[in-house]
Amino acid sequence: MKKAVFAGFGGQGVLMMGYVFAVAAMRDGKEVTYLPAYGAEMRGGTANCTVVVSDEEIFSPVASSPDFAVIMNKPSLLKYEGVMREGGAILLNSNHVDRELTRDDLTAIRIPAVDIAKKLGSERVVNMIMLGAFVAHTKITSLDSIMNGLSEIVKGGKAGIMKLNRKGLDEGAEYILKGDSR
Amino acid sequence: MDKKLLMRGSQVIGEAAIRAGCRFYAGYHITPQNELPEFMSGAMANLKDGTFIQAESELAAINMVLGASMAGARAMTSSSSPGISLKQEGISFLAASELPAVIVNTMRGGPGLGNIAPSQGDYFQATRGGGHGDYRTIVLAPAYGQELADLTRKAFEYADRYRTPVMILADGMMGQMMEPVIFPDPVNLSELPSKLWILNGAKERPSRIIKSLILSPVAMEEHNWKLARKYEAISGEIACAETYMTEDARLVIVAYGTAARIAKGAIKRAREMGLKVGLLRPVTLWPFPGRAIREMSRLIKDFLVFEMNTGQMVEDVRLSLEGRSNTHFYGRPGGVVSTPDEIGRVISSLYYRRRLEED
Repeated sequence: MKKAVFAGFGGQGVLMMGYVFAVAAMRDGKEVTYLPAYGAEMRGGTANCTVVVSDEEIFSPVASSPDFAVIMNKPSLLKYEGVMREGGAILLNSNHVDRELTRDDLTAIRIPAVDIAKKLGSERVVNMIMLGAFVAHTKITSLDSIMNGLSEIVKGGKAGIMKLNRKGLDEGAEYILKGDSR
Repeated sequence: MDKKLLMRGSQVIGEAAIRAGCRFYAGYHITPQNELPEFMSGAMANLKDGTFIQAESELAAINMVLGASMAGARAMTSSSSPGISLKQEGISFLAASELPAVIVNTMRGGPGLGNIAPSQGDYFQATRGGGHGDYRTIVLAPAYGQELADLTRKAFEYADRYRTPVMILADGMMGQMMEPVIFPDPVNLSELPSKLWILNGAKERPSRIIKSLILSPVAMEEHNWKLARKYEAISGEIACAETYMTEDARLVIVAYGTAARIAKGAIKRAREMGLKVGLLRPVTLWPFPGRAIREMSRLIKDFLVFEMNTGQMVEDVRLSLEGRSNTHFYGRPGGVVSTPDEIGRVISSLYYRRRLEED
């Protein structure tokens, strides 16, 4: 069983990242739960969701000790670093989070997702770049499954946008595979 | 692509209701269940015979449901704890008038306005009637996404079969969480048993009257006994519980809904440590599956009730056991969601304190 948290500011697409990942894992034949944080949320506030993927029945969907965290802003790092499972990995959007980790048992993976997105011509794919990196690092699902999940969710998505999303996913994954992130 | 869909709990209830033939929904918005009325507004608009009403209040909504039910529709309303309190008068009237209806309560922390986090504080209100008078409400407690769909279908069936209001008791976590679900095929409304009691115009038949005002005490008593006989029949027919790893258990956790899922996670950990622990999860809260617990008490001398409140269902467990076994309680009220690790520690501490590891 693997638990992953996606966290950042509202508007950074963190809920979308988790949702796409959950659909992809479900179509891979896994058991999944997707739990968004809900509350008296406001624009500009923090948003997060927890996705659990397992070969067996999932009991608790709560994010007690996640294995992985995709962190898009500083407040989210402060919130989740302390609760990570021992030996877990944190993928950081390094353009927004410049802080060092305080725990030495965790792996920090830094992705300059905003820089990469600018090169691709749209900052709207920052979340897809992070998701691509997440998939390349965790190997819980594949980029193709993610792409299929995305098409399922945004039915009738414009071809240009879908192509851009795919580019984002590929660039994020490529960054991990080249080993630039450590 | 297979039929499995990843859907939010509140929307699962909505889709399952439509497929169960629900054609009338009235509600008034409240977090954490707004996705349900939102879903119903779209779904009803897509049906040629569907009606969605955003009512001016909870009281109006439940009474609109009462009217729709009188006219023969499969009708539903939904709310969260404080809003459900406001509907209680109408639920009492539904029960008295023997009208089917489905009421969804997505529980939040309370009492009062409380908060919007998941809680199980409304157990007493749901299972003890909630409104005034001598009546019962069937209460179904789903724990999984798939069960939200299956029990919603059942809720409409029970409501019609017994002509009584049925409550689906969920919580904020279940309403917000997405899980894979496969929906049953839609019912064919024309194939459902015809309702020979509805008010649909008395053109070529004698008139019918549906009311709850019965001024003669003798007649009211007779009506009360009639309802009581019905409740007795329901108790014998639909009480239901899931058991998990109870075969060799020495300690059994009793928990429902979200608490049961957390307990399952804790039990899995306890088993890895060699502790013989199992789960009994009531699926119907009223009627309470007391017989299943009573039968278990022949072998199991310790039951741990875990609830997201200060101790409500624990009373039903004690009543079921009638002193045959020990009843222990652990609760987290107010919207706090325990982790399996926390419940695991409660389990192991109780297990060794009761010396259950000894042969």
